[in-house]
Amino acid sequence: MLTKRIIPCLDIKNGRTVKGVNFVDLRDAGDPVALAKQYADQGADELVFLDITATLEARATTLEMVLHVAEQVNIPFTVGGGISSVEHVDALLKNGADKVSINSSAVKRPELVNELADKFGSQCVVVAIDAKQIDDEWFVHLAGGTIPTDIKLFEWAKEVEDRGAGEILFTSMNHDGTKGGFANEALAKLSELLNIPIIASGGAGQVQHFIDTFEKGKSDAALAASVFHFGEIPIPELKKQLKANHIEVRI
Amino acid sequence: MKLVIINYGAGNIKSIQFAFNRLGYDALLSNDPEEIKSADKVIFPGVGEASSAMKMLKESGLDKLIPTLKQPVLGICLGMQLMCLHTEEGDTAGLGIFQTKVKRFSNDVKVPQMGWNVIKELKSDLFKGIKDKEYMYLVHSFYAEHCNETIAATDYEINYASALQHENFYGTQFHPEKSGKEGAKILKNFLEL
Repeated sequence: MLTKRIIPCLDIKNGRTVKGVNFVDLRDAGDPVALAKQYADQGADELVFLDITATLEARATTLEMVLHVAEQVNIPFTVGGGISSVEHVDALLKNGADKVSINSSAVKRPELVNELADKFGSQCVVVAIDAKQIDDEWFVHLAGGTIPTDIKLFEWAKEVEDRGAGEILFTSMNHDGTKGGFANEALAKLSELLNIPIIASGGAGQVQHFIDTFEKGKSDAALAASVFHFGEIPIPELKKQLKANHIEVRI
Repeated sequence: MKLVIINYGAGNIKSIQFAFNRLGYDALLSNDPEEIKSADKVIFPGVGEASSAMKMLKESGLDKLIPTLKQPVLGICLGMQLMCLHTEEGDTAGLGIFQTKVKRFSNDVKVPQMGWNVIKELKSDLFKGIKDKEYMYLVHSFYAEHCNETIAATDYEINYASALQHENFYGTQFHPEKSGKEGAKILKNFLEL
């Protein structure tokens, strides 16, 4: 049976991981390669690197980092952040990234999803959607959730699926950072509406939240950052508990 | 050992090259028939869409060369699918090495299948030291139907062939290069065939 995936997300700036990472046995917590290897050894199913580098010049550093991760890490990884062209994706994939994640650039120019799916295949195109629930309606937000739009979440998700997205990474702005659980109602609706895998993001605080998002939210994968980085939920323990709750995971 | 990865424009061959590097082997990327013919082991990768991949193979004459190879050849993912008789993806005729057809999963399940699933009923030296129901990483919308050449099976919507073998030709639907330590073991087994 296909298992549910656990995905740590690493923020990258100028080729280094940012947002403190609290791994006692890592000599350099800022080294994305060392961190990625550690997560792979702990049983992470995939990794997501989110590039928050602001300048174009620094992009070369990120490309180099991608190459080093591909060299040393034996599980799949996605790279996202500031990707807006076929050429950029080509370079990332050539350096060994398995998938790319696009967000604002897809909203600004939806054809990008078609172009990437046609050229590289749907399997490597993840569309990340940040949305906020306002009066019972979910609206897509851009630029890390700071810019609201009048685009409705479910319509947009369906559109990107039709355009060739292979996967949706959905972050609820209402839940992100709260550690109060994932947006399971919206996630379940996405899963029913679409026929591609849905990754839940935003709100992980306890093991129960992961159980809930797989059961109630019908999520195919769950992504989290701080609970993993700070060792609040060790991945082996998380997977053990998921298994004990009859959720199929790779151990 | 001379190890060649067929480079015909299909994506993500870097991962395969790096996976062999981690095992201590250099792999040459090439589409030169002489290089490929003289290799001890050949990897036939593939990520992307079947009909355009087949078109690229034909343009370089590799479609004629690959079925004539005598050394162990390992097709991965789309590489394996293209070694079959036919694939529904783009209604594409394959190389006809494996006597089976490739079909699309129905929309009763999420497509692509993406993630870790088990391989079972293992039947080849390729899987020496791999336990039955080991997890491998898969990402695909099309699957090979079972045939006499099935050497591993996986369940997703139906029970299908997740690996095939015909004489010196091997194919895996999963990505051993992305399947952690156990995946690396399979690549090592291939090198030791």
